Amino acid sequence: MLFAAQLGTIALALAIIHRPLGHAMALAYTSRRHLRLERWLYRATGVDPDAEQSAGAYARSVIVFSLIGIVLVVAIQLAQPALPWSNGLAAPRLDLALNTAISFVTNTNWQSYSPELTLGYTAQALGLAVQNFLSAAVGLAVAVALFRALAPAARETLGSFWVDLTRGTLRILLPLSFAAAVVLLIGGVVQNLSAPLELTTLTGGTQSIPGGPVASQEAIKLIGTNGGGFFNANSSHPFENPSAATSLLQIVLFLAIPFSLPRTFGEIVGQPRQGRAIVGAMAIMATVSVVLMTAAELAAPGSAPAAAGAALEGKELRFGIPGSTLYASATTLTSTGSVNSMHSSYTAFGGGMAMLNMMLGEVAPGGVGSGMYGMLLLAIIAVFLAGLMIGRTPEYLGKQLGPREMGLASAAVIVSPALVLIGMALSLAVAGLRESVIGESLLSDGAHGFSELLYAFTSAANNNGSAFAGLTANTLWLNLALGVAMLIGRLAPIVLVLMLAGSLAARRALPETSGTLPTHTPLFTGLLIGTTLIISALTYAPALALGPLAEGL
Amino acid sequence: MRHPLLRQSLTALRVLLIMTLVLGIGYTAAVLAVGQVLLPSQANGSLLTHDGEVVGSALIGQSFTDDDGEALEQWFQSRPSAVGYDAAGSGGSNLGPESDELVAAIDERRASIATREGVDPASIPADALTASASGLDPHISPAYAALQAPRIADARGLELSAVQALIDRLIEGRTLGYIGEPRVSVLALNIALAELQ
Repeated sequence: MLFAAQLGTIALALAIIHRPLGHAMALAYTSRRHLRLERWLYRATGVDPDAEQSAGAYARSVIVFSLIGIVLVVAIQLAQPALPWSNGLAAPRLDLALNTAISFVTNTNWQSYSPELTLGYTAQALGLAVQNFLSAAVGLAVAVALFRALAPAARETLGSFWVDLTRGTLRILLPLSFAAAVVLLIGGVVQNLSAPLELTTLTGGTQSIPGGPVASQEAIKLIGTNGGGFFNANSSHPFENPSAATSLLQIVLFLAIPFSLPRTFGEIVGQPRQGRAIVGAMAIMATVSVVLMTAAELAAPGSAPAAAGAALEGKELRFGIPGSTLYASATTLTSTGSVNSMHSSYTAFGGGMAMLNMMLGEVAPGGVGSGMYGMLLLAIIAVFLAGLMIGRTPEYLGKQLGPREMGLASAAVIVSPALVLIGMALSLAVAGLRESVIGESLLSDGAHGFSELLYAFTSAANNNGSAFAGLTANTLWLNLALGVAMLIGRLAPIVLVLMLAGSLAARRALPETSGTLPTHTPLFTGLLIGTTLIISALTYAPALALGPLAEGL
Repeated sequence: MRHPLLRQSLTALRVLLIMTLVLGIGYTAAVLAVGQVLLPSQANGSLLTHDGEVVGSALIGQSFTDDDGEALEQWFQSRPSAVGYDAAGSGGSNLGPESDELVAAIDERRASIATREGVDPASIPADALTASASGLDPHISPAYAALQAPRIADARGLELSAVQALIDRLIEGRTLGYIGEPRVSVLALNIALAELQ
């Protein structure tokens, strides 16, 4: 009952905000007017805001922006000893700095490090929080470029990446984050520049109370589905997430944009009902997933939960089990990856659901922007499958899908599974790497150890960022391997999506006929869910059998 | 400057630097100003004082043990913690559901709490046996607090009913009746205990 009421509260909040927020985003990306701050920014950076880009130019801008962002974040971390408010922390090792930079630029926010022991306030605010905004704005920009390509009229360009990036940041993410930060402050999240406070406890012991600009970073961490914690314990840390009420708010914050984007999509393509079919698929998959995970945790199978009487290891009392599983489901279904409980200590099936959520490809509803373009790729594959069954040429929103489009969509969908399975294979089959993984990285042996590694590669390749955190990921091999998985898992689908957008944009929508497969109906929603499940289930079933299934059965 | 890639790189660098100013400094400073001016208590960690000294944060748990980690019998005890309530770090055990180490730890905690409190091992609630996610969980369940009350009354020479009244006063219910779990803050309980005498 408590679970249903909390789930209902989240659903109600999203039902209320998705239309106005989706509409506001559609306006932000289609408006012809530039704000004064934006004009100043375009002048200072030499951007011509009215010059539109081809798909190739748009993609090159994304790549260049991301790579230079990585260099800048590495530089900020290495300069840490010279930066103010660093609490005397040294510069991180280069492989760790690189992993962290890739992680935040790709909107993954995988953390090989323990933040309070590694990064000072300046490096977090100037390096990580800034990329929390920008990586989310990149995801939004790519999604919107694809929306424009699916609009009926034929066009040669996809818009300007620089304008989309700027508007997403200044018109959407910044105001939402500021408002969220103030609410989190009221709830007890800290925001100061004080060094950790050393105090004497009631019993005469000592305790160190941490500080930092947490509320500002926390807000965008959630709104932008980034998920990188200011503290090691992430959103289970009382200074990031002080109460059950702030926890529920956090879930709404990171679901808000992903569940509103289908509305934005519907408005930009001129058919809101198309967005409704997609949001329906997202909502159904998310609901089934969270119900299954909660059922597993409440049933508490397994040796440790049985010994304790409940699956409370790695969970905070103030959130309870429903408050923990709602968060764990939502964070793995979006590409957020922040946690308010430790997934590694979940029951085998509960932890397995967290993995399966990511393996769906982060589309239900997925990360900011990335979930929506991921879902549109699956929609295109779904119409293709349906077309094969009924013997018609596939088309989506009147745009004919040829071999080139199908090739691009399929390639984009298999990038992440390929990265996960290749990364796992290398880590376990190459002797030297296996020694590093087993000797230095894994906390557990057997099936749970396999799950720790599988979770890590799944999280990296799908740009989620959560972990079975017993894994020691700060080794040369895992920093580099997971870094590569995050980078390719982010940029390769983006390039393929933009190429797909380029070829779809050039086509004019054909008028609907009696032979057109409608893509706004519940039947299509079902088809889309089926396609998503078949693709992930077939790809990952063997790996899941060796990890969570072996552990739980 | 002619090459488009070089031109895009320069644009990217300029955008990054300006965004770092606006978002990294401007936004952070704006939230800092709101926090420090309008909400200083929360923004600085919801600190609690006793006898004029800051003794902890209302949000962050503490251990009430001696230097060897043995429970001090005159204080309410917190949940187990993977980081020993050292707030310079944070985190959980991350041990899996089939971990022998975790099962052994739970069994040992059950036995030692049963001895300490003089209760039936089967009556000990799960929160007393498991480490939290943050290692800084400030709360215990009302059941675990009630279970500790006789030992504390004994150690402090208080009436049991006085200790129980303290727990009842400090129990926090679910927000709006359905969000979160009923709980009681161990530090708040222990400060109240200290103020009784």
